Amino acid sequence: MNIYATYNIKGGVGKTTAAVNLAYLSAADGCRTLLWDLDPQGAASFLFRIKPRVKGGGKALIRGKRTLDEAIKGTDFENLDLIPADFTYRNMDLLLGNADGKPTRRMARLLRPLADEYDNIFLDCPPSISLVSENVMHAADVLLVPLIPTTLSVRTLDQLSEFVADFTDHQPKVRAFFSMVDRRKRLHQDITAKLSAERSGVAATPIPALSLIERMSVERAPVTSFAPRSQAARAFRSLWDEVSDAKPA
Amino acid sequence: MTPDVRVFVLDGNTGGNQDGTAPEAGSARVPSVVLEVLGQSFGVAAERGARSRRQTWLDTFDWRLYRAGLELEYEHAARGGRLLLTKDKVPQAEQPVDNWRRDRPHLADDLPAGPVRDQVARLASPRALLPVATAAGPVSVTRLLNADGKTVARLVVDHPAVTRGGQTVSLPVRLAISEVRGYPGQARKAARLLAGVPGVDAAHSSAFLAAVAALGLHPGAYSSSVHAEITAQMPAPVAVATVLLGLVDTLEQNVDGVLRDIDTEFLHDLRVAVRRTRSGIKLLGDVLPGSRPYAPEFKWLGDLTTPTRDMDVYLLGFGTLTARLVAASPADLEPFRAFLVRRRAREFRLLTAGLRSARFNTLTGHWRKVLLEAQGPGRKGRQARSTNNGSWVLTADELAVARTARVFRRVATHGAAITAGSPPEALHDLRKRCKELRYVLEFFASLHDQAAYRKVIGDLKQLQDCLGEFQDSQVQREEIQTLADAMLAERAAPAATLLAMGELAANLVQQQAEARANFARRFTAFAGPAGQQRVRDLLARPL
Repeated sequence: MNIYATYNIKGGVGKTTAAVNLAYLSAADGCRTLLWDLDPQGAASFLFRIKPRVKGGGKALIRGKRTLDEAIKGTDFENLDLIPADFTYRNMDLLLGNADGKPTRRMARLLRPLADEYDNIFLDCPPSISLVSENVMHAADVLLVPLIPTTLSVRTLDQLSEFVADFTDHQPKVRAFFSMVDRRKRLHQDITAKLSAERSGVAATPIPALSLIERMSVERAPVTSFAPRSQAARAFRSLWDEVSDAKPA
Repeated sequence: MTPDVRVFVLDGNTGGNQDGTAPEAGSARVPSVVLEVLGQSFGVAAERGARSRRQTWLDTFDWRLYRAGLELEYEHAARGGRLLLTKDKVPQAEQPVDNWRRDRPHLADDLPAGPVRDQVARLASPRALLPVATAAGPVSVTRLLNADGKTVARLVVDHPAVTRGGQTVSLPVRLAISEVRGYPGQARKAARLLAGVPGVDAAHSSAFLAAVAALGLHPGAYSSSVHAEITAQMPAPVAVATVLLGLVDTLEQNVDGVLRDIDTEFLHDLRVAVRRTRSGIKLLGDVLPGSRPYAPEFKWLGDLTTPTRDMDVYLLGFGTLTARLVAASPADLEPFRAFLVRRRAREFRLLTAGLRSARFNTLTGHWRKVLLEAQGPGRKGRQARSTNNGSWVLTADELAVARTARVFRRVATHGAAITAGSPPEALHDLRKRCKELRYVLEFFASLHDQAAYRKVIGDLKQLQDCLGEFQDSQVQREEIQTLADAMLAERAAPAATLLAMGELAANLVQQQAEARANFARRFTAFAGPAGQQRVRDLLARPL
């Protein structure tokens, strides 16, 4: 089982879009795939037309009163399941802090029983630096970091890489990719070209800013499913081909 | 694995085209009445793209999976495929398989590792899994949607067909409601609605049973055990001929599997049928005119099969043999195993030549003719209590009681005479008598009280196991010495291998001694005072 997490401290950078489309492509490749929508806003759940509600809320899951298995819902797509968001996830930091054992490893422990059932698990994180994101980093094999092509976002990537480098037991591989790239902007072109070439942890494939991607919220489906031959879908396919090879051996 | 909540069939609709041919992939249609009824509670949307399903069901020649209530299906796919195991329509396990050659048998042990293999190999080994039936046809999938347009269940309509004698035979159209994970209530609701549609009935039998019925197959029909339809009042010659005809059937049913070397149990079953036939001729042949001259021919047939079977026994039990090694390593025995494989190949060629010979065909053909003549016309209704040239004819039951009692007395007498100082031959001889008793009991099993029969057979079986272990240990030990000589002659015996074979032989000596130590207890359990009473109870008949 490989665990991929889409993470960025900032919101609105394309985390959910990436998680939904990469999870869809993983499932379409025949891998048994699960996406956990950890963001209390429930955007991924909305895109799969699944109600953002978990019986007993986040509390029941974190404290182990309900297993993750019980919360799983099938999507409309073969091989692709989802654990929906729940509004109580907004308190997940507190719940994790009060949980038994190491609070930063709780999520990894909860996911462990799913190892036989799924080939790939995607964690769609809320934007923050919190106990939730630290849990996600400890659970993940690959951190997928969407970057808006600005100088500041590159600095964020460096901070994140330094942070996980201090992990003593399990270090996730950090794979960044440029998101919402506007080819008409010179700055976007320069930064994506420069960093993709210079930095080994940055994927060569950028995800462009396209209205078709925004249309996902109208279609309530991954763009890779409703427009599989589109430029947007091809970009996600290319990105998945890159990052799915990035998983640790 | 997505469970089917319930499966239905379309009443009176075979799903075929007007001309009787099966529909092409993509032409599967969902009956409009079904969509109307489901559409009242769900949104309905057809899944895009033409789909088809091709399924092959597998079982052993003696239907071990079917008898255990299991169905093993290989679902074909463009890339690889998957094996599905179900019990009483409930999925038990599934696993993907690559490079599956569906047209040839697979030994259960050769399946790729996975949950299906774990369950199947335990039941089927050492038998091969044979393709029993294949069904293929178009499939349509309709998504059932909730108010958000989310798929909460699926309706799968399957139009399977089988090919029989070059003709396509359509099977009943099957409709299944497939559950989407996390929405079990919606699937149940859809199944309830479907159950109320006129012309849609709950499927009482599986697609597998529908396929084998359309192919004219009878699951569970083959069994290596004696299954003669005889009655107590049947004339004895008719009953004996009926029993022996059943054995010829078993023998002939196994010839093809032996010649194709599908698995070792074809030869085993063939040999048991031959041994039973020989015992039948010896013990009951006096009531069957013309049977005794066939005894030497069946001895020839039995002897023809022995060398190959001996090698099979070695190779099947090789893991057990090597597991007992203490001083030597299992790897030391690899040249021995390779030698056994080569020797088996040589013996197998001789065996197949014999089974393809005119002598074998003449034997089975003529023997069948003798038995059919003895059976005579209208055999099943014949009663023995009519006069035949003024004399009473012996009934099957009278023959059963008299011969069983006689053979039991022989076993009791031989066994009672065995002491701690008796030579091994005395136990070997007793084993033969026990086999004869077992066969005569099995021939007439249907005439006995079943509870009493099971008790006697249970004790006898334990005694036979003990005697079998005693003799087999000795035979194997002697055989190892002979094989070691042969390997030396072929210069195929490294010193480490010979030493390991020596350890095997020593283990077999110990095994034989343990069996010898158990003998007195086993014999007393079967033929002591309590055992004798059980046999008297078995053979007692109401006045």
